[in-house]
Amino acid sequence: MSVTRGAGPLSRRDFLSVSMTAAGALMASFNAPGVAHTAPSRAAAAARPVGGQPLGAFVRIETDGRVVIGARGCEIGQGVKTSLPMLIAEELDVPWSAVTVEQLPYGLLAGHDPPGFTSRYGPQGAGGSTNIPDAWNDLRQAGARVRWLLVQAAAQIWQQPADQLRTRDAQVLHPDGRTLSYGQLARRAATLAAAPADVPLKPRSGYRIIGHPTRVIDAREIVTGAAAYGIDAALPGALTAVIARCPYFDGAVAHIDDAQARRVPGVRQVFSIPGPRAGAVLDRNLAAGVAVVADDFWSARQGREALRITWTVGPGAQDSSDALERRAAAALATRGKIARQDGDLEAARKAGDRVVQAVYVMPLLAHATLEPPNALIDLRAQRALLVASLQSPGGASRMISAMTGIPRPDIEIRLLRVGGGFGRGLQNDFVAEAVLVAQSVKAPVKVIWTREDDLQNDFYRPFGLHELTATLDAQRRVTGWAHRVAATPRKYRAEGMEEESDWIGCADLPVEFSLARGWLRGPLPTFSAFAVQSFLDEVALAAGADPLALRLELLGAPRQLPYRDHGGPKLHTERLAGVLRRAAQEVGYGGKVPPGHGIGLASHFTHGGYVAHAFEVAVSAAGELEVVRCVCAADVGEVVNPLGLEAQMMGATIDGLSTALNLQITLKDGRVEQSNFPDYPLLRMAAAPDVDVHLLDSQVPPSGAGEMGMPTVAPALVNAIFAASGKRIRRLPLGAQLKGPTAAS
Amino acid sequence: MAIDFTLNEQRSSYRGDPAMPLLWYLRDHARLTGTKFGCGIGYCGACTVHLDGAAARSCLTPMSRVAGRAVTTIEGLARGAQLHPLQQAWIDEDVPQCGYCQAGQIMAAADLLARKPQPSEADLATLTNLCRCGTYPRIRKAIRRAAAQLQGARR
Repeated sequence: MSVTRGAGPLSRRDFLSVSMTAAGALMASFNAPGVAHTAPSRAAAAARPVGGQPLGAFVRIETDGRVVIGARGCEIGQGVKTSLPMLIAEELDVPWSAVTVEQLPYGLLAGHDPPGFTSRYGPQGAGGSTNIPDAWNDLRQAGARVRWLLVQAAAQIWQQPADQLRTRDAQVLHPDGRTLSYGQLARRAATLAAAPADVPLKPRSGYRIIGHPTRVIDAREIVTGAAAYGIDAALPGALTAVIARCPYFDGAVAHIDDAQARRVPGVRQVFSIPGPRAGAVLDRNLAAGVAVVADDFWSARQGREALRITWTVGPGAQDSSDALERRAAAALATRGKIARQDGDLEAARKAGDRVVQAVYVMPLLAHATLEPPNALIDLRAQRALLVASLQSPGGASRMISAMTGIPRPDIEIRLLRVGGGFGRGLQNDFVAEAVLVAQSVKAPVKVIWTREDDLQNDFYRPFGLHELTATLDAQRRVTGWAHRVAATPRKYRAEGMEEESDWIGCADLPVEFSLARGWLRGPLPTFSAFAVQSFLDEVALAAGADPLALRLELLGAPRQLPYRDHGGPKLHTERLAGVLRRAAQEVGYGGKVPPGHGIGLASHFTHGGYVAHAFEVAVSAAGELEVVRCVCAADVGEVVNPLGLEAQMMGATIDGLSTALNLQITLKDGRVEQSNFPDYPLLRMAAAPDVDVHLLDSQVPPSGAGEMGMPTVAPALVNAIFAASGKRIRRLPLGAQLKGPTAAS
Repeated sequence: MAIDFTLNEQRSSYRGDPAMPLLWYLRDHARLTGTKFGCGIGYCGACTVHLDGAAARSCLTPMSRVAGRAVTTIEGLARGAQLHPLQQAWIDEDVPQCGYCQAGQIMAAADLLARKPQPSEADLATLTNLCRCGTYPRIRKAIRRAAAQLQGARR
């Protein structure tokens, strides 16, 4: 692999400092046994030759002409380490094969007038599928501005007006055929005044990188084991900590017997760490616990096994999932708060011929990133260095500063590849733990979670009941629609939250529950689409209508509808109809299927993207389910990387299927019942179908893609199950419902 | 008592808790971090290595069981700069998303191809490694591509 991991920000001084920080990304890249993969010392890093010429915050031209592009995003598997540099390279007009990509650290610029901070590289978090739409606005411009500088430099050398010069393949072209390479121009370009704010961008017809299939930039490092993730990070003298956390939410440590633990070879320190105060805002770590700090993971883990801890149970010690569902059902029986009301449902009900009503159940879910949460932190010398798998490095920076008093510019955060995000990393509770442990240890500390820690200490996808009601008139037309939700709000004890506004478009019935909740891939769309898209099929059945025809009829003529949540402000009905028609066409909707088979559809608008799924399934007499075909149609605007976009849709489809079939978190006697993958069984190879992905050609600016493929999977699946078997599934996960008595339609 | 073994064709020796899983020897002592921790109970397969050429879940393999044996990790799968056909196929089919499980996937697939040079669908379905990102369809394509290439090379 390349050993050049510096980055090219604004100034020479900045460049040197970032080279040093980014050099840490190398620390896990040595393959020979016995070679310590420690980070280079600052002196050694500073002595490293710096030959390249930085141009702007993202581009460095090496003396050999290689173009180095900085990747600012958190690479959680959504492909931003590839796709964001593609946007820069396109407008810079360099061939992708000449590009080397380097991960940038978290970048903060301290401002003095006005006081505060700005982002050196722009948005760096990974949440809400916003990386591509953000970068579409600023990173294409970043590339174009560097290209502009290089053209100006050539214009000076040739004494030729810049508007007579063109670029191609990292070269500036003179009308007479002469060329100057970007490498030859870089130093002069760096001396020029900055480019104007709005340099013209390429027309779509000129794209040579955007829209072209591009492989994962780190693929070779990944398949050789050289790619570094947060959990692989190392610092000289770092210790490893494993924490025994209170299994009762808001509980505490009553008594510790650590005599055995301290005798475990390699264990250095054992001490308790505080949890959040009961009822207080959850902005740091999630649970009180006992930290075991040791020379390596195994010693720390053995030390934890040897602890004898008595816990104080919290106020939720008697709580359970069953009680939660009873509370939610009771809440549904009340009027609740009406979040939005258009028209008069009661009038429609009285005038109508028929009322259709159903209740759908969504379970709590865990994120279960394959890389368990971890954080390596060094708090010595009034500074902080954090290396961790993050989705919100800005949040980590603010949290560390709040906990330690270290000014944010003195907090350095290195970003490595992240072994899965799914929203888990939007919380930095594991970083808070690392801070708490490091404050008691005179060395850098890496906190590592086990799988059991992870499944039992998550910010879970909320639980909820959806009650949907539709009224039909004598002609079986839909005249009224109501959607009421009784749920644990997605935010819980968060700073400045407004729980009541957290579920939209429905009567809002927040239900008390004592487990932390958070965002999980396509949070509200996934939560809602199952109910809405399942119910559409139930309404179609009652109306004697075809489910696809009813959907298209309700979408109506092409128009824009207001959409006030993320992805708005408008929803284009024809784009939703477009993905529906495409999925239906590809699956062969309306054609004959064998006995016991059925086809189901669903579509949804998610964070600005439009996706439909179509499943053909077979259900045997014994209740065995087989996914025969699985089609996904996506319109997420202009496609940046078709290979990456297909991967996101394929992966989200399998994630959605895994979740719909088997996954839930349950609580009993105040404790999470699941502890490891056998009772949180993600789909394996044998059950994972091929996914037939179709990307619609679109010329509108792109939305993101990471979350859009998730919401429609479960409803398309259960609609297909109904078509195949006549059994309507209203509770997720599917589990054994096709085999049991609860499967009555 | 020293435990002697070979690690990626180099002689190695370990003195320490013989109950420590090979996974943690690799990650914390040998600093070979390509082998990943996922579940610690042998379920997810992120820690898959080869013991005397056969796939093994290193999180459940105590160091005592490694004595006298040959350990190959993802870092030792290529022949120098020459990637194993599966590694190349993984790149060609653009398999990885987050990539965290992929070392284990490749080591498990290499073991499968050694036993079943032309794996059937049913053979592929015996692979139990978890991929949280859902790359299974491309994993299947990559294994078939590598199998075809290996078959061509044998002819």
